[in-house]
Amino acid sequence: MNVPNELKYTQNDEWIKMEDGTGTIGITDHAQEQLSDIVFVEILVTEGDTIHQGDSIATVESVKAAADVYAPVGGTVVAVNEELANAPETLNSSPYDTAWMIKVEVKDLGELDKLMDAGGYTNKIQEKEG
Amino acid sequence: MYIPHTDSEREAMLKTIGVEKVEDLFDDVPAGHRFPELNLPSGISEMEAAQEFGAIASANENTRDLVSFLGAGAYNHYVPAAVDSILRRGEFYTAYTPYQPELSQGTLQAIFEYQSLVAALTGMDVSNASHYDGATAVAEAVNMAYAHFRGKRTRVVLSPALHPQYRQTVRTYVSGSPISITGDENGQDPLSEGPRSLIPLIDTNTAIVVVQYPDFFGRIYDYTDLSEAAHQAGALLAVSANPIALGLLTPPGEFGADIVTGEGQPLGIPLSFGGPYLGMFATKKEYVRKMAGRLVGETVDNRGQRAYVLTLTAREQHIRREKATSNICTNQGLMALAATVYMSLLGKNGLRQLAELNYQKAHYAASQIASLPGFSIGSDELFFNEFAVRCPIPASEVNEHLLEHGILGGYDLGIDYGPKYENYLLVAVTEMNAREEIDLLVSVLEEITLAERHTEVTHG
Repeated sequence: MNVPNELKYTQNDEWIKMEDGTGTIGITDHAQEQLSDIVFVEILVTEGDTIHQGDSIATVESVKAAADVYAPVGGTVVAVNEELANAPETLNSSPYDTAWMIKVEVKDLGELDKLMDAGGYTNKIQEKEG
Repeated sequence: MYIPHTDSEREAMLKTIGVEKVEDLFDDVPAGHRFPELNLPSGISEMEAAQEFGAIASANENTRDLVSFLGAGAYNHYVPAAVDSILRRGEFYTAYTPYQPELSQGTLQAIFEYQSLVAALTGMDVSNASHYDGATAVAEAVNMAYAHFRGKRTRVVLSPALHPQYRQTVRTYVSGSPISITGDENGQDPLSEGPRSLIPLIDTNTAIVVVQYPDFFGRIYDYTDLSEAAHQAGALLAVSANPIALGLLTPPGEFGADIVTGEGQPLGIPLSFGGPYLGMFATKKEYVRKMAGRLVGETVDNRGQRAYVLTLTAREQHIRREKATSNICTNQGLMALAATVYMSLLGKNGLRQLAELNYQKAHYAASQIASLPGFSIGSDELFFNEFAVRCPIPASEVNEHLLEHGILGGYDLGIDYGPKYENYLLVAVTEMNAREEIDLLVSVLEEITLAERHTEVTHG
């Protein structure tokens, strides 16, 4: 299972990658593994929307389950991955790269402190599975 | 009464919760109101009950004994005997539609065929396994549009020529939500206006525009312009259609409808004093995940055989209760089966012939009525099997007079459209109305004109 070091993670299996105050958001390798084959994704926010930490930002559907994706941090949506809806399977093949969901200009960088680092997230998954 | 528990089981249950007898469970009800004496007659035998209920039922007027020209959403069509005989097979005749693919392949296949037929008839990509009736199907279309725009568009435009009860049902469904409804406010004159009057109401906050085809007054409009106006504003167009008329008319999918709903009752379902009926709902593939209700798909089982299963269930409330478009998944499985059998029996050409027959008979009736002094047809537009008649006296009085002659007249338009329309009668003609019946209607209406003139003469 892939848990890149440079990312931050949530309890709900979202990741965020920070670059100059803007965070790119997606779901983790572990999340896609749990969901199995993903057949549908709908991003619920559009560019310019203001979102808050914990808001529902996307819906993901696999052959066996449906899941909501929540915002790891609040801020202004500056980009949405429009390609993703046409290629939901990339969430399985490339969860940290091609299948990013949205980019957010983070309003309160302090919110990032509530998230886990790669080590914390790995522990969390192992505890759950253990 | 059948009580499944034995005395010893009940004793054990009472002991477990620490109560001596069942009556103790009602201690919270004040003693004076506990176990009131019910003033009921003593029981009667099955034979007596059958006779008594039979006598009560025979007090109803019905379309077997009367000549009927009443439509307004529910139509008196012939139901071939094969419909009922298939419907009543034990494998289908259940109170609750079974969906487990392991044991319900017959039911699932029938629903799949229903969906395929409805999609073909409406010109849409996909149909669900049905709703309660035409009214709730329209309400679900509004729901779906609201969900499609994720609540960001809150305006709904309803044609005043959409069935008044459907509009009421939409209002019931959306009450308490941010949705506002426009287009059908009071004081309008829907018989002298067409769908064009709706175009200025469509804006970028409009989620959906809903029209009827043929409309409530039987009129056939080409909704292409309305469809373009709706789409230009980014809104959806829903069309509530009469499935029999679709045997003859251009499918709504061809003039840009995003959703097609309909009352499926004309497809082999008896009038039955108002239900059970069948809500048809079809849409384009791109909206399938926002569509409410059950959906059966075709697949291949682990032995490589064709099989049917419920599909895309993640849309539904039993998986995502709060996120589902609708919390109603109930369908009308048995009525959908009736419609499937009916459509299969008639086939494409049969349905077209039936629609033509309805059209011709209605036009014969309209031309005869229009030739009577004092009577005129309420609109110059094309119509299918129903039309508004302007009468010399209130429609309610016309209906009373017709009933005296064993004729169930039309629908009194004053009921929904106010005093301005109190002289308007909505007359439906189907294949069930023989020429003699139509001629009888015309001659009884003529009596009214003669009586009117007589009154005028004596008063004059």
